[in-house]
Amino acid sequence: MKYGYYPGCSLERNASAYNQSTLAVARKLGIGFAEVDDWNCCGATEYIAINLLPAYALIGRNLALASQLPVDPITGNNGHQPQKQLVAPCSACFLNLSKADHYMGQSPKLTRQVNDALAAGGLSYDPGSIRVRHLLEIMVDDVGFETIGATVNRPLYNLRLAPYYGCLIVRPGFHGKFDDPEYPTKLDTLLQTLGATVVDYPVKTHCCGGHMTQISEAVAHDLIRRLLKNAADHQADAIVTLCPMCQLNLDGYQDSVNKRFGTNFQLPILYFTQLMGLAFGLPASDLGFGKELVPADLALKKIGVEPPPPSTGKRQRPPKEALPMPSAEIPERARKETVP
Amino acid sequence: MTEERIGVYICHCGSNIAATVDVHDVSTWAGEALADRGVVVARDYQFMCSSLGQELIEADIREQGLTRVVVGACSPHLHETTFRNACQRAGLNPYLCEMVSLREQVSWVHTDRAAATEKSKSMISGGVERVALHEPLEPLIVPINPATLVVGGGIAGIQAALEIADSGYPVYLVEREPSIGGHMAQFDKTFPTLDCSACILTPKMVSAGGHPNITLLTWSEVEQVDGYVGNFTATVRKKARYVNADVCTGCGNCIEKCPVRVVDDVFEAGLGYRKAIYRPFPQAVPKYPVIDVDNCTYFQRGKCKACQLFCPTEPKSIDFTQQDEIIQLNVGNIILATGYDLFDCRRIPQYGYGRLANVFTSLEFERLCNAAGPTAGEVVLRDGITKPESVGIIHCVGSRDNKYNSYCSVICCMQSLKFAHLVKERTGADVYNFYIDMRTPFKDYDEFYQKVLAEGVHFVRGRVAEVTDAARNPGEEGKIIVQVEDTFIGKQRRIPVDMMILSAALEPRHDSNDVAYTFGIACSANGWFIEKHPKLDPVATMTEGVFIAGCAQGPKDIPATVSQGAAAAARVLGRINQGQLALEPVRASVIEARCSGCRICNNVCPFNAILFHEDRMVTEINPALCQGCGTCVAACPSGAITGTQFSNEQVLAQLDGLLMWDLSDLPVRHLEPVTVG
Amino acid sequence: MEHTPRQLFAMIEAGMREEVLRSNTFWYCVSCYFCMARCPQEVHITDLMYTLKRMAIREGYYRESTAADAPDFSETFIDFVENYGRSFELGLATRYHLRHHPMGAIKQATGIGWNLLRRGRMDLTPQRIKGVDQLQAILARAKELEAVNGGGGVQ
Repeated sequence: MKYGYYPGCSLERNASAYNQSTLAVARKLGIGFAEVDDWNCCGATEYIAINLLPAYALIGRNLALASQLPVDPITGNNGHQPQKQLVAPCSACFLNLSKADHYMGQSPKLTRQVNDALAAGGLSYDPGSIRVRHLLEIMVDDVGFETIGATVNRPLYNLRLAPYYGCLIVRPGFHGKFDDPEYPTKLDTLLQTLGATVVDYPVKTHCCGGHMTQISEAVAHDLIRRLLKNAADHQADAIVTLCPMCQLNLDGYQDSVNKRFGTNFQLPILYFTQLMGLAFGLPASDLGFGKELVPADLALKKIGVEPPPPSTGKRQRPPKEALPMPSAEIPERARKETVP
Repeated sequence: MTEERIGVYICHCGSNIAATVDVHDVSTWAGEALADRGVVVARDYQFMCSSLGQELIEADIREQGLTRVVVGACSPHLHETTFRNACQRAGLNPYLCEMVSLREQVSWVHTDRAAATEKSKSMISGGVERVALHEPLEPLIVPINPATLVVGGGIAGIQAALEIADSGYPVYLVEREPSIGGHMAQFDKTFPTLDCSACILTPKMVSAGGHPNITLLTWSEVEQVDGYVGNFTATVRKKARYVNADVCTGCGNCIEKCPVRVVDDVFEAGLGYRKAIYRPFPQAVPKYPVIDVDNCTYFQRGKCKACQLFCPTEPKSIDFTQQDEIIQLNVGNIILATGYDLFDCRRIPQYGYGRLANVFTSLEFERLCNAAGPTAGEVVLRDGITKPESVGIIHCVGSRDNKYNSYCSVICCMQSLKFAHLVKERTGADVYNFYIDMRTPFKDYDEFYQKVLAEGVHFVRGRVAEVTDAARNPGEEGKIIVQVEDTFIGKQRRIPVDMMILSAALEPRHDSNDVAYTFGIACSANGWFIEKHPKLDPVATMTEGVFIAGCAQGPKDIPATVSQGAAAAARVLGRINQGQLALEPVRASVIEARCSGCRICNNVCPFNAILFHEDRMVTEINPALCQGCGTCVAACPSGAITGTQFSNEQVLAQLDGLLMWDLSDLPVRHLEPVTVG
Repeated sequence: MEHTPRQLFAMIEAGMREEVLRSNTFWYCVSCYFCMARCPQEVHITDLMYTLKRMAIREGYYRESTAADAPDFSETFIDFVENYGRSFELGLATRYHLRHHPMGAIKQATGIGWNLLRRGRMDLTPQRIKGVDQLQAILARAKELEAVNGGGGVQ
């Protein structure tokens, strides 16, 4: 399977560990990536705050270039025309690319204007011809847990991980609902497939602060502290992320947070692809380890060769007087489509 | 030149039509331009449906010898009967009257007066051309079977069954669960009077159970309905109880001795246990238990039989060989009172249900409060021991939210106020009610709100963002934290509590679409059964003889549910007392000479009204079953099926009238009988 | 955050245009999209916040808000994107902080900035795409079109 690949600015440098580990894991899984030629910045959360149409034109150039890639369009499960699949590992890029395509698809006027602007550069884009996918989505929905599980040869036994999704991969879902927007579980399952222990992480889709570190440190540090505290409360060894912004904020400002609040968090913030690579037996040096500011060595040393003792099979009986707990699963008859 | 003498009557409908259509112009035009189409009189009048308006038509029929009438007014849905009756009073066959919907199809949907007036003329012209080809018809008279089928044994169904049975007519009350009682049997107290739910419900259950005119069919489901109003045949599956009701005394020994304990997801809402042989609650009607085959050791592993061993009756009441029984019931009318399902709160994962132990649903809390419930009425946390010191109650969970259900579930405000009162009364805990709007209409409801306010319950106006165990500071450790925007203060608040109660939405039964299909009625997009008219015919449906009552029609509280049960019974009793029913003669019929026996029409009929004679290779339509929908008329490739009042000739004549621009070109009654194909 | 989104919308409805555009609320929006996922009326709140940002900049009201520096961060960011086609973190942080919080700039430079540089996670010079001219032509045309439209629209 071949995908278009849009790394985005962060993966070039700041999140090069993400890029390196993504490419290493993709190679191992036989995923082909064709990088968008001479792509430009997606505008992050900034461009659209100043100008509307130029922001869409900026993204439009990337979509137009991506639609020229030698990638076979495939028919998705959304009843769409065959679409070229474009992978973005960065959640903000993923959001912006899918948002521009979505709103262009909804508004012929916007499409006309974006294409008018693109024409100045000899380009054009037909909305709906590309489906933008986040890297995690490719891993869990296309590759699948079974294949991933079969590729694991160094299970991450004994490592306790907090799965951190952040905002933009699950919300608002311009290109379809990938997982629950409030309490997703696909990264949890992926990490379990790698052999790790996954902690319940109720703040898993809360905001890392985004660009707020530059606007108001106090606000940003408090947002970051909540995420670190909850992971520490659950005795996580590391927080697993899938977005360069989340990684930068949690990793880069952990020290500042500790200083501001008198805390002593020492939580390495790792990309899920780094952990996949480890579990696949790839050398840590090929996966960008060492670039994190909060070192991961201590956590990685905990990975055991032996799986944790299997559960005895007997469910722990609740005390006699306790009331039964509802199952976490929604029964079939109550499963209704929630409007995205 | 037609020989018919046609009268045209244009209604102003106050200003409903007259504001958008120049009604006088239309009537003047009809009188002049359509004179050679047979119109001999054309009038407009402010309210044609008034007695004076009707008398106008009647007088013209008598004095001017009208043979056809066209009324341009509202939809035939509303006043067709009115004008047909007027014709009949004046000696004209009522089916020689045609209504043209100038209100719904013209004035309410257009704003351009000139264009609307022209459209009205065109539609009147269509009506005139059509009515000239109408035939005098006589209604079909069918007898009414005095027995009634009531589906659903909740309070709505019980009420309906009792009303009819008390009037001396037989009722079959069918209930899916082992006992009647429905959701009301699960409740502890009822708002706003706080009277004990069981105390007011069980006498009615006992009456229904022992009533000589009521045949109780619990643990049973209706699988198929054939026939038509007055003469339905319902096929009911009586699921095997594995308990012989003729011998069982209901002593309960078998339940006590059964070694299998399972979580009761139905009656106890998952908060308590029952045995594999069980009756949902002690006051169950009937008292006989049922065996839950999926959990019974004998059925799963072939041995145990403890229940049979300890059964004191002779012969033993437990009968493992019982089979499902299929029975057929002949009834004249049907009342559907199938109730509601509770919204599954796990669909809103940020509220923590299913993940955080001390988040409870409204039904769980009802069981928690109930003296006969799993904690004997003690309000405690999931550990079964600890009394909460603070409790949060969220209104509108799954209601008034376009992502789940956009409607208001009606009962949640009052239910949540009741919960707040009960928590206060039983634990003295701090109670926080999180609401969007407080909706307490109806008798004594707002007084109850005032009472709960006076009890010191806190009210926070705002939709809760999330319920979490992720503490941010030591004061929140070990608590459930409610994050909410207090819209009065305009600030985010975090309120730590020990227990959360989610007032979950009422939803249509998960199988409501299937049930609607079985009974030939319709569901709204949400899944609630649709009434014939939302205001004026709230318990009838578009299918004659099928009525609806209670929450199956839409969310409602107990008083409204009981009222609807009684109302549906009253409608049925009216029918039974008539003894017979006049049915619309708008029916399809087969011209046998043209029928090729291709059977294409046989499967398209939604009312199973078509039968095929193998011997003669022709199709016939049962006029009593046919509802005149026209599907078969359209399907027939030989043009062998014709619909009374909707013949090809009539429809094509109407079209010609609508496209009337040059009437002078029309040959006199130009249409030859049309043969399609 | 001076006003909750609900209050902002009520103020818009009440016609309090200037007060709305002077509010610092939307400058504190981090685009987490929780509001859009949670709004029972499915209002596109995040997009509306962006719209308010653009209006406040266009009409100059942002200068009167307590978050007056915020637009400059976005504009500095955009500046690099328009000139190079890629974002440039070092340049962005340095220029923005030197202009608005010189002390903060030193802190950033010695703290996170230094750490990122040390780990090879920050470029010392901006990267330039090959098609900068093409991009600039596209953006110039888009700005022309937007000027004609008055920058309206929600998305």
